[in-house]
Parts: sequence; C-alpha cells; structure tokens
Amino acid sequence: MDPEDPDAAPWEAAGGLLARLHRTPAPTPLPPMRGPAKAAGAVARLREAGPRPAVGAVLRAWSHLPAWARAEAPMPDTTTLCHGDLHLGQLVRHPAPDGPWRLIDVDDLGVGVPAWDLARPAAWYACGLLPPDEWTRFLTAYRDAGGPAVPADGDPWPALDVPARALTVQTAARALTKALAQGRDLDEVERALTDACARMSSAPAQLGPSPAK
Amino acid sequence: MQCPKCHAPMHTYNRNGVQIEQCSNCRGIFLDYGELEALTRVESQWTQQAPPPPPTPQGYPAAPVPPAPAWGAPQGGHGGHPGHGGHYGNKRHKSFGHMLFSS
Repeated sequence: MDPEDPDAAPWEAAGGLLARLHRTPAPTPLPPMRGPAKAAGAVARLREAGPRPAVGAVLRAWSHLPAWARAEAPMPDTTTLCHGDLHLGQLVRHPAPDGPWRLIDVDDLGVGVPAWDLARPAAWYACGLLPPDEWTRFLTAYRDAGGPAVPADGDPWPALDVPARALTVQTAARALTKALAQGRDLDEVERALTDACARMSSAPAQLGPSPAK
Repeated sequence: MQCPKCHAPMHTYNRNGVQIEQCSNCRGIFLDYGELEALTRVESQWTQQAPPPPPTPQGYPAAPVPPAPAWGAPQGGHGGHPGHGGHYGNKRHKSFGHMLFSS
C-alpha cells in the first residue's frame, strides 16, 4: 500500500479482515490489547512538553475518558481478539503485488474492546479528515463480514465514541509533541485533531461500548 | 437515512410526487431542500382544483451523510469552504496521507 496514494486505500479489505479477526476466538489466554496503553504513552510524552496553548485542550479531553480507555482499569471486554494498532500501513498484499490483503504486525494484539480497532478511521472521519464515502465503505465492509464491534445497523457511535475520542487524543498528542519539538506550528490536519479535542469537553461521552445485537 | 432526533431508521414515502422521509419510531418527518415548497405548491393547486403538476426535480439529490459524534468537525463546510465538508476537499493533505500509515 503506497502512502503517496491514499485514494487507493483498501477500505473493504480492511473492514473485512478486521471483522474476521474479531470473530476469531482467542486461541490461548492473551494479555489485553495495547491500544489504551499506547494512547496513555502518547499523552504522557505530551505532558512532558509542559504548559503550551493547545496542550491543555488535549489533556482535558483525555481526562474525561473512562478509566479503561486511559489504561487505568481493565477493559469492559476481556474476550474479543483485537489488533490493537490498526492503520493502513498494517495491510499488505501477499504475494505482492496481486495477492490477497493480509493484516500484519501483532505487537499490540490481545483481547479487549473491538471498537478500538475501528476507532482510527472513525476518528479521522469525525475530525473531517476522512471523506464520508470512505468511512462508509470501511464500516459497511466490517458490518457485512459480521464484525461484532458495532450493531449490525443503526447508529454505530454509541460503541465508537469513547475509542474514537481516545484515538483522536492519541493522534493529536503525537502531532503536538512532534510540532513542539520541531518548534513549528500545527498544520491544518493536525489542528483539526486538536480542535476536535477542544470540542470534546463540551460534548458528554456516549455510553459505550454496547454489545452487538 | 436515520432520524436526527431518535436515530431510528427513516422510510421514504412518495406524496404527490414529493419524496418525504418518515421516522419508523417517532414518526417525525424530514423534507429535503425544496420539498416543503413543492408540498405547499401542490396544496395550493389542490384548493384551486387544478390538475397536479408532474413531479419536478428539486435541487440535487442529497447524499446521505453517515452519523458522526457531537464533537466531530462541523459537517457540510469547514473553514469557509462550503461544499467541501471537512479538510479532504478535492486534494488530500500530505500530512493526512502520512497519518493514515502511522501508529
């Protein structure tokens, strides 16, 4: 998958593979997937940057998340197999260049809340970065393949809200830490993330995750 | 589409050539751009005993927008770019392309 060509992103494959993973019973007892721990790590590094303008909004959004999403309590789901760090770089064709798509990188794999694996695209969509049709392609493929993270139809946001907030905070924290270290301003995309963090504090979190129907 | 009020699915009905969406739960009704005017016109023609006009296309078909959270970016325009609904517009930002591929 070519980072210079995001229009070619295999959203259907990503949704389908993720649904298959989430439906696979964990073969042996597994540790929790590391999504919340990674988000907590990104926030801890941002905290070290000290008081700067946009930092407050990002840390405030983080503080309003439930403890499990901040890796400070067990997740409400301890049985579903999750990838833990899904992004488009984790999709490869094997054998290249025409083989079937595979999901790689099991470093953060474990059991947990499966909506976390949908939360990065969900966050991009919510922040106005991912076009609605691409978000719909991904979500529809996931639902069509029987993915359990969201209800089969209706509004998926009660299940996605908390993980998508966490991923927005994580991505904003990474971007802000980097920009501060480089002594530069945030670009338009990075600002979309910190703006979303600022809005979160006035929008109460939805109840989630809810079990699939 | 989904009811903006209670999020139940909405069903499309045709009334005198006007497409209206009604919520299967709260029975609320959603009208697309121009449909209220079309209904009013049909009503006034009914009272004048005039034959109903053929249905005319009003505006452009609205693409259904998937639901988004309350903290999300304002939909249907951002930063003074009406019609581009967000930062994607017609050209991808390089920084977003990079973000798609990193942890």
